Amino acid sequence: MSVFFSQHFAALKSAMRRLAFSPLNTLLSLTVIGAALALPAAGWILLDNLQAFAGRVSGAQQISLFMAADAGKKEAEEIESRLRKADPGQWRFVAREEALKRLREMEGMADIAAGLTRNPLPDAFVVEPGDNRPETLEKLAETFKEWPAVAHVQLDSAWSRRLTAFLRVGRLAVGLLAALFAGALAAVTFNTIRLQILAQAAEIEVSRLIGATDAFIRRPFQYFGALQGALGGLFALLLIAGAGWALAAPVRELLALYGVTPGLGDPPLPQAGAVVGLGAALGWLGARISVSIHLRRID
Amino acid sequence: MISAIAVTKRYPQGIEALKDVGFEIGDGEMAFITGHSGAGKSTLFRLLAAIEKPTSGSIMIDGQNLAALRRGAIPYLRRRFGLVFQDQKLLFDRSVLDNVLLPLSIVGLPPREAQRRARAALDKVGLLERERARPIALSGGEQQRLAIARAVVNRPSLLLADEPAANLDSESASRILDILRAFNQAGVTLVVATHDPQWMARFSPRVLRLERGRLVGDGA
Repeated sequence: MSVFFSQHFAALKSAMRRLAFSPLNTLLSLTVIGAALALPAAGWILLDNLQAFAGRVSGAQQISLFMAADAGKKEAEEIESRLRKADPGQWRFVAREEALKRLREMEGMADIAAGLTRNPLPDAFVVEPGDNRPETLEKLAETFKEWPAVAHVQLDSAWSRRLTAFLRVGRLAVGLLAALFAGALAAVTFNTIRLQILAQAAEIEVSRLIGATDAFIRRPFQYFGALQGALGGLFALLLIAGAGWALAAPVRELLALYGVTPGLGDPPLPQAGAVVGLGAALGWLGARISVSIHLRRID
Repeated sequence: MISAIAVTKRYPQGIEALKDVGFEIGDGEMAFITGHSGAGKSTLFRLLAAIEKPTSGSIMIDGQNLAALRRGAIPYLRRRFGLVFQDQKLLFDRSVLDNVLLPLSIVGLPPREAQRRARAALDKVGLLERERARPIALSGGEQQRLAIARAVVNRPSLLLADEPAANLDSESASRILDILRAFNQAGVTLVVATHDPQWMARFSPRVLRLERGRLVGDGA
């Protein structure tokens, strides 16, 4: 084993010993770091779930093309042909007879439908675009309006725009929260390491006098910071999983009212890895800054 | 090996600890730096150990000007020295063996080889049987011998000692002196800062005498 690896291995062992040496302090630090990471991570996961939920709510991203009352089969075929060419996503034809049948089946509408002397409903096309961005939806709706025999185009873009704006604000807020808590995490590690440095001031002084480089002195502290951060990240994932488990049943009930299943999803592996990795990186950074300041001070 | 040219050390408060000091010490030589308290012995020791830099003048060790060394190069230079401090600077929360292992872990010696060398160093100073003890359990003389073992474990070519027998009884001091002398006889250049006349009387080494920061004598 090369000197490089053996020294890193020794530093890692030393960091693990320090973590195990004072379990209560370690647990308290992990709780603080875990909470600091869990809040923005949970917010991020919630927004992801919300976006997925919005995509699954029926009718949320549909465009309805209502044909003119006097439009016949030929005009409907023309629209079909244009839809095939434009390929906006999935679409289906709803004949006026089918629409009336659905109206009759709707609760409270049967009597009204029975009183009609003729079918007032037009033929229609329901388009579910592949690209759900509000700009795209509006552009498509404008295009459809220009087509022949199309009397009315209905797009619920206001709902979609509101949701997108809400998600954008949500992501920004979560981003700011993440930055704030990242700073807090680095500060917590900075302070933990500062206290360790004070406790090991003699060892640092002697090590420097007998030829230890700054990197050698920093290494075990950096491993400690990174380990503590990574474990804090795992603790955060546990907190999120626990909250998800507690909320699962009520959320499932709520979503069922919107005809959506399943409920909240677990954080995907890359995001879970990112939480642990971010914790480790911030811990490493806090430790590095703390030791570097101390070494400069004693020069 | 060591060359000091017109070395002056002035502290910010205006105190001039060394004034225009110059000397040369050859490879394998044994030299004592003597003088009364406040003469500048410890300051010279700190300059030779690259703990501080001279205000003016230069100190060359093996052709390297210590004052011109980059901060990052100093640790590598110190690995070639053995330093023995008046207050030993031992780690009291570690065992005797771990104290001696510290310099070896810094240079990255494999653990098995490091253990072997650390035990050999402890054996040379007569502390092998105390390897598991904590330094706090050792007598003053034993603590100083432990400091010597830590200083020599990396096989330095230069051993610098600052008042290594201060506060020791004459028997312990004599034993420390014998150990240092043995390393010098094995080829290690030895520079000892001391005010104790019994050391000079016993070995008739080269003596550099300081008074109020000036070198006032250089001879046997």
